[in-house]
Amino acid sequence: MSISYILKNATLPDGVQKNIKISNGIIAQIGSSVSEDGCDVIDLSHSIVLPGLVDLHTHLREPGREDSETVLSGSRAAAKGGFTAISAMANTSPVADTAGVVEQVFRLGQEAGLCDVFPIGAVTQGLEGEKLSEMGAMANSIAAVRVFSDDGHCVSDALVMRRALEYVKQFGGLIAQHAQEPRLTVGSQMNEGIVSSKLGLKGWPAIAEEAIIARDVLLADHVSSRLHICHVTTAGGVEIIRWAKARGIDVTAEVTPHHLLLTDELASSYDPIYKVNPPLRTESDVMALRVALAEGIIDIVATDHAPHPAETKECEWQEASFGMLGLETALSIVQKTMVDTGLLNWAGVANRLSIAPARIGKYSEHGQSLEVGNFANLTVINPTQSWRVDRDLVASRSRNTPFHGMELPGVVTHTFFKGIPTLLDSKVSL
Amino acid sequence: MRHLLSISDLSKDEAVLILDTAIEMARASDGPMKKLPTLRGRTIVNLFAEDSTRTRISFEAAAKRLSADVINFGAKGSSLSKGESLKDTALTLQAMGADAVIIRHSASGAPVRLAESQWMTGSVINAGDGTHEHPSQALLDAFTIRKHCSRGGADLTGLRVGIVGDILHSRVARSNVLLLSLLGARVTLIAPPTLQPFGVENWPVELSYDFDSVISDLDAVMMLRVQQERMSDLFFPNAREYSRYFGLNKDRMNMMKRDSIVMHPGPMNRGLEITADVADSARSVIVEQVSNGVSVRMAILYLLLAGDNS
Repeated sequence: MSISYILKNATLPDGVQKNIKISNGIIAQIGSSVSEDGCDVIDLSHSIVLPGLVDLHTHLREPGREDSETVLSGSRAAAKGGFTAISAMANTSPVADTAGVVEQVFRLGQEAGLCDVFPIGAVTQGLEGEKLSEMGAMANSIAAVRVFSDDGHCVSDALVMRRALEYVKQFGGLIAQHAQEPRLTVGSQMNEGIVSSKLGLKGWPAIAEEAIIARDVLLADHVSSRLHICHVTTAGGVEIIRWAKARGIDVTAEVTPHHLLLTDELASSYDPIYKVNPPLRTESDVMALRVALAEGIIDIVATDHAPHPAETKECEWQEASFGMLGLETALSIVQKTMVDTGLLNWAGVANRLSIAPARIGKYSEHGQSLEVGNFANLTVINPTQSWRVDRDLVASRSRNTPFHGMELPGVVTHTFFKGIPTLLDSKVSL
Repeated sequence: MRHLLSISDLSKDEAVLILDTAIEMARASDGPMKKLPTLRGRTIVNLFAEDSTRTRISFEAAAKRLSADVINFGAKGSSLSKGESLKDTALTLQAMGADAVIIRHSASGAPVRLAESQWMTGSVINAGDGTHEHPSQALLDAFTIRKHCSRGGADLTGLRVGIVGDILHSRVARSNVLLLSLLGARVTLIAPPTLQPFGVENWPVELSYDFDSVISDLDAVMMLRVQQERMSDLFFPNAREYSRYFGLNKDRMNMMKRDSIVMHPGPMNRGLEITADVADSARSVIVEQVSNGVSVRMAILYLLLAGDNS
C-alpha cells in the first residue's frame, strides 16, 4: 500500500487554507481538520497548491536525439517544474506519424512513471506538409492521440490544412498549428525589426505568423473544426484571435514563458541561447501577450521546451539551432510576469497551466479541481522564495536555458503525480 | 579600445584619431623605410572564413609594414573547410598565442562571438561579418572623403554622402551610416524599397528612391556591389532595370557637382551598378580607396596593439 500524505496548511488557488490528504492516488480528504494518523505530514504554511501542471508543447527528442533529451530525462525536468502531464511533439526521428512511434513514446512515458506523456501525432507524413499521416491509427492506438501538429514546420498548404481540420473531427482531434508562412521566412534568424536591421540578421516578420493565424481561423470556421495556435508571439496575432473568438470560432492559443519575458534586444549579444522559433519579439508584443493571457484570449501557457546539445548553441548565430529549455522555469516565469505584476491570480495560473491545457488536450485525468475523489495530481509552489537558475543543475539532459543566472520568484517544492510524490523538497524522487 | 567589432564601439574622438593616425602611417609608408618596427614580435592571424582578396591583402600588408608576424588562415584547404567550429578554431588560435585575430566571416556577429565568448584573449578585428558591419572599410571610406572633400576639417561636418544600391545586405553601408553620421556628414541612402532595410526610417539618414533628384547635391557618391543572386530573390526585375534607375553612368555622373567624388568598395560589377567610363573617370577614387585602406588598417592595428606592448 502506498504512503498517504497530508499537505498541511496548504493555500488552495482560491486563497483558502486547507489540509489535504492524499491516499491511493486520489485526494482522500480536504478540510480544516484532517486526521494525520499514519500519514507523512508536509507543512505548507507559505505555499500554494495547484492542480498538477499540464504542458501541451514539449520536445522530448526520443526517439532519435537521445543525446539532447529522453522521455525519462524530460519527465524528470517536468516533475521538477511541477508538471504532471506533458505532450511529446512529433518532430522526432523517426517522426511520430504512425501508431508505432506514438505507442513507443507513450510506453516510455509510462515506464518513466514521473508524469503522463501524451504523444502528439504529426499532421502530415514526415512533417513534409503534403500527405496526411495516419491520424486515425494514432487516435485509436494505445496512446489515444487527440492533438496533432507538424510543429517546427507550418502546415502551409491551405488545402492540406483544410483537410486535416476536417479529418480529425471524426475522433474529436485537434490541429495545433505552427503559424509560420514559409516563403516570408526563408533563412530568417530573428524578429524583423529595428534590431535585426542593425545586426544584419535576416528578419522574421510578424506578418508571417499573423497571415497563417488569420487564414486558419477562417478555415476552422468554414469547416466547423477545432484549431489550436501554438506559441503566439505577436500583438497582431492576439488581435486576430480576439476577433475569431468574438465571432465564435473554436480556436485556442498558447504562449510560451520565454515570449512573456524576453525580447529581440537580447539578440544584440549574438548569443544563440536567445535564438528560438518563433523568435523573440518586441517589448510591446510581450506586453500584449501578457494582457491576452490575463484576459483568456490566449488560453494557456505551453513551454515549447526544446533541448539542444551544447555544440549547436556554442557557435555563430546563423549556424545555431532554434529552441530553449522551458519545463523547469515555466511556473517561476509565469509568477514573475503574470502574478507579481498583478495580471493574474493563482486561480488564473491554475486555469492557464493546468485546467485549460487539460481541457484542450482532452487529458481527462488532469486539470481536475481540488476535490475529494479526484486524482491527486498536485503542484506545490512557495511564491515567497526565489532561486537562481543554474544551467549546470537542470534535470534536463541539455543546458540551453536563456534564464541562466537569473533570479526568479517561486520555488516549486512538491509535485504529486496520481498520489506519488515525483518531487519532494525540490528533489526529483525517481 | 581592445577590439574593433562595430563602428558603434567608437566615439567621435576615437574615429578621428584613427583617421589622423592613418595620415601618419601613410607618410611613413611613403618614406624611404617602408617598414615600422612597432609590432615586432606580435602575432596577427588573418582568419578569413569567407573569400576575400582585397581586405585580406590589405590587412596583411598593414600588419607587415608594422613588422608583425602574420599568419593567414583561409577557408579553403584549412580546418574550416573540414567543418571545424568557430569555437575550436578560436581555441587553436589562442593556443598558438595570437595577439590579434582579423576575422572575415559569412555569419553576422561571428567577430562578436569570438570577442565575447572567452574562447580567446587576443584582440578581435572585424574585417566584414555577414550583412552586419565592415568597420575598417568605413574608416578608409571616411579617410578618403575627408581627404578629398573636407577642406582641412577634422570631421565631415557639412558634407553630403550618398550610398547607392543594396543597403539591405550591405555591411559596408551599415558601418558607413554609423561612421559618416558620427563624423557629422549627412548621409542619403538611395535604393529601391526592396533593398532598404526594415525600419530604416529610424537610422540617422535621409532616404531616396530617386537617384537623379539627389545626385547633384552629393559630395561623394558611394556605389555598392549588387550580388547576382539578388535578382532571383525578386529584389528587382533584372539587371537592365536596376542599372537604369540605380546605376551610375556617364550621363548621371555629369549631373554631379564640381569636385565631388565617385567611390566603390569593390569588387565592382562593371556595367551593372557602375559603367566602365565612370569607374575609370577622373572623379573616381576607387583605386585610391585601396591604398588608403592599408594606411587606415595600419592605424587600427597600431592603436589596438601598440598600446599594450608588454
